[in-house]
Amino acid sequence: MPIVVDGKTFETDEEGYLSNINDWVPGVAGVMAKEDDLELTEEHWDIINFLREYYEEYQIAPAVRVLTKAVGKKLGKDKGNSKYLYGLFPYGPAKQACRYAGLPKPTGCV
Amino acid sequence: MSEVVKKFMYLNRKAPYGTIYAWESLEVVLIGAAFDQEVSLMFVDDGVYQLVKGQDTAGIGMKNFSPTYRTLGDYEVRYIYVDADSLAARGLTQDDLVAIAYEDMDTEEEIENIVEVVDAARVVELMDEADVVFSF
Repeated sequence: MPIVVDGKTFETDEEGYLSNINDWVPGVAGVMAKEDDLELTEEHWDIINFLREYYEEYQIAPAVRVLTKAVGKKLGKDKGNSKYLYGLFPYGPAKQACRYAGLPKPTGCV
Repeated sequence: MSEVVKKFMYLNRKAPYGTIYAWESLEVVLIGAAFDQEVSLMFVDDGVYQLVKGQDTAGIGMKNFSPTYRTLGDYEVRYIYVDADSLAARGLTQDDLVAIAYEDMDTEEEIENIVEVVDAARVVELMDEADVVFSF
């Protein structure tokens, strides 16, 4: 189902991930979060931006345990754990945050 | 989950972008990482091209997955072997290949590069030692 951000339509796949990663604008995350009844805070954006940087460098969306480890390294041990990340993204930090970040569904997420 | 850890070897023999084999292999490795086995990758024949750094796929309109190999350490792949003869036959040396770092989760010991060039005898030995060999 396509989503509409500031009057512009973005194509998504059947699971709600953006069809084209290059289309992404920050507003996409906002609209997706609203549909999930979630208000994005600075902490959410730290993870979303982190994922976009990770994808830029490695060309994949990390699996949740890889994400957890990498976040701990980059943003501090207090954030590199499942409890913190699931607190921010209750539908699963990798899946949900990747969707907001415009990335494909993580490879190796089982 | 079973306590038995098996040695999985992924054998890569084809150049990265001409066929789907390299990408398929890489995806299986990334997905399989969740199963806590001892994983190694072996690159022989044209498969050695998969690790060549600085690749640019813009001209052929394919996704460039070469940077993804550098995350293998994060996915707990511990051993990456390259056949020395295959490398030499293509005029390549280890300097042409990406470096892949690995950090041990338990000891926090960091290894800067786990890519190891090995001779033919060692290739045979490693394949023998593996419980399972997936050939791509």
